[in-house]
Amino acid sequence: MIFGMGVFKGMMVTLKNFLTSYVCKPDNGGIFTVQYPEEREKVIENFRNFPFLVYDETPEKIRCVACGICERECPPKCIHIEMALDAAGKPTRKPAVFDVDYGLCMNCGMCEDVCPFDSIFMDHAFEVTAPEQSEGLVRHKERLMKSNEYFQKVRPTLASAIDQKRKASEDKKKAAAAQAPAPPPPSAGGPPAKQEPK
Amino acid sequence: MIRSWEFYVDMIFVTAKAWILSLLGRFLPDWIVVLASITISGVVILCLGPVIMMYLTLLERKVIGRIQNRYGPNRVGKWGLLQPIADGIKMFTKEDIVPANADKIVHLLAPIVIVVPALMIFLVVPFGERMTAVNLNIGLLFFIAVSSVTILPIFMGSWASRNKYSLLGGMRTAAQMISYEIPMTLAVVPAIMMSQSLSTNTIVLAQTGDFDLHWFIFTPWGIVGFIIFFLCATAECNRPPFDLPEAESELVAGFHTEYSGMKFALFYMAEYMNAFTLCGIAATLFLGGWQGPFLPSWLWFFGKTFLLICVMIWFRGTFPRFRVDHLMGFAWKFLLPLTLINILLTALWQFTSNLTAWLWSILILGISLWILVKLNRTFVPEKRHYPLES
Repeated sequence: MIFGMGVFKGMMVTLKNFLTSYVCKPDNGGIFTVQYPEEREKVIENFRNFPFLVYDETPEKIRCVACGICERECPPKCIHIEMALDAAGKPTRKPAVFDVDYGLCMNCGMCEDVCPFDSIFMDHAFEVTAPEQSEGLVRHKERLMKSNEYFQKVRPTLASAIDQKRKASEDKKKAAAAQAPAPPPPSAGGPPAKQEPK
Repeated sequence: MIRSWEFYVDMIFVTAKAWILSLLGRFLPDWIVVLASITISGVVILCLGPVIMMYLTLLERKVIGRIQNRYGPNRVGKWGLLQPIADGIKMFTKEDIVPANADKIVHLLAPIVIVVPALMIFLVVPFGERMTAVNLNIGLLFFIAVSSVTILPIFMGSWASRNKYSLLGGMRTAAQMISYEIPMTLAVVPAIMMSQSLSTNTIVLAQTGDFDLHWFIFTPWGIVGFIIFFLCATAECNRPPFDLPEAESELVAGFHTEYSGMKFALFYMAEYMNAFTLCGIAATLFLGGWQGPFLPSWLWFFGKTFLLICVMIWFRGTFPRFRVDHLMGFAWKFLLPLTLINILLTALWQFTSNLTAWLWSILILGISLWILVKLNRTFVPEKRHYPLES
């Protein structure tokens, strides 16, 4: 061991780092900085951030039925739902008000897990800003609603699995309806998902 | 007389100055022309110093960034080229805070005084052929004298701040810079011996030869002298790994803890200008200054200087800080004897400069290095064992 070799070795390490930063990929000694606004890292599919509501073809065909399960299960209580009433004052199984306070939301994804109507899911949009905290981060129904195509785009695996499931259950229902020519009017207590046209 | 275009490229700055002076001489008296000559050189140096300092900070941040596998500053302007200007504006607009119990006058004077020696060294640096601002016949002595003044303003600032961290930093500066002054001066002696002059210009001229490549570094004493001089220069301008005066992790910011805004910027500026001039002097003494084949002389000088500065930055990116006792021991117990041996080697070289001299030099250097390393071995006391009583 020659005196001073350690110093020389150390300098070679930094020299190597300096040179490889110009030529190599991040995995073999290159620069691993991602220059954020211009470059972005790919968001992985199961990344979850804030909840959004899925509608099928048009915004009127929202999947949510305002059952309020997510509102009750939400740990930080950031969801507020009011069901819409029709002219006669009867509940219509549609949300009139659906607010999520992104300032309170802790991104747990509990709402996604408990929803029996496959209507609320966690989004990929993470660039959420507001000029002030109390009102600015509350998202109302109009902004929360996103189409099924968008859902297919950001989380394709989950979205297609859910589409298949929904299609299968609809087919089953149709088959059941075809078999029983005269279904009994009180259909309560059965599977809850039943979309009423009209 | 016919001269090649290379001569004109080489002399471009000298010719420009002579042209301006001859223009002035047509309708102005002689004494004004003399004053104008001084003013031109002065203005060039006063502009060159700060500009070099600004872009050295950028270079340093870029290179350090690359060493740490990240981009340096690249937001302001193309490749971050306007970053130093943004920094300058920031420094100008910052609040100037003076501690309540500080010695106000000395606190103000210290950053002003520190810039003066840093700029004064520029006077004797030969930037190219016939491009020394003042061709002093005691140039090197001037450089050594002026560069050692730097200790004073640093200590002034640290004392006047009335802050324990500042004072500790100042005490360390005094100890470190005075210690490293000695091996630095002695490392210069061989170059003076061989060129038989104290003038920086003559020292550069002494290194001429075939292809202008008879640099002092290509001799055994030259290599040793250069390495010692360069290490001492790094210590002189308080750069890592010798940055004990401003050790961030121990002393907040050392001697400039209580400085902000433009006063801090002046300290910073002096540090970088010192780094530049010391590298320039190192290049002058051992790397042949502006001597070199093919390229214009000023390009050779700046190339060598920036190469040395890059090595300084490389040091900074590599080494952790010295411990105080190691630092002092390194100067007094290792570098100082080595410089003395080096002076002896130079004398030997003066009489027999051939292959046998090379062999003898390597032999003497090897033996002295081995002895110095043995003598400098740190004393590690044996671990004492205390057997448990049964």
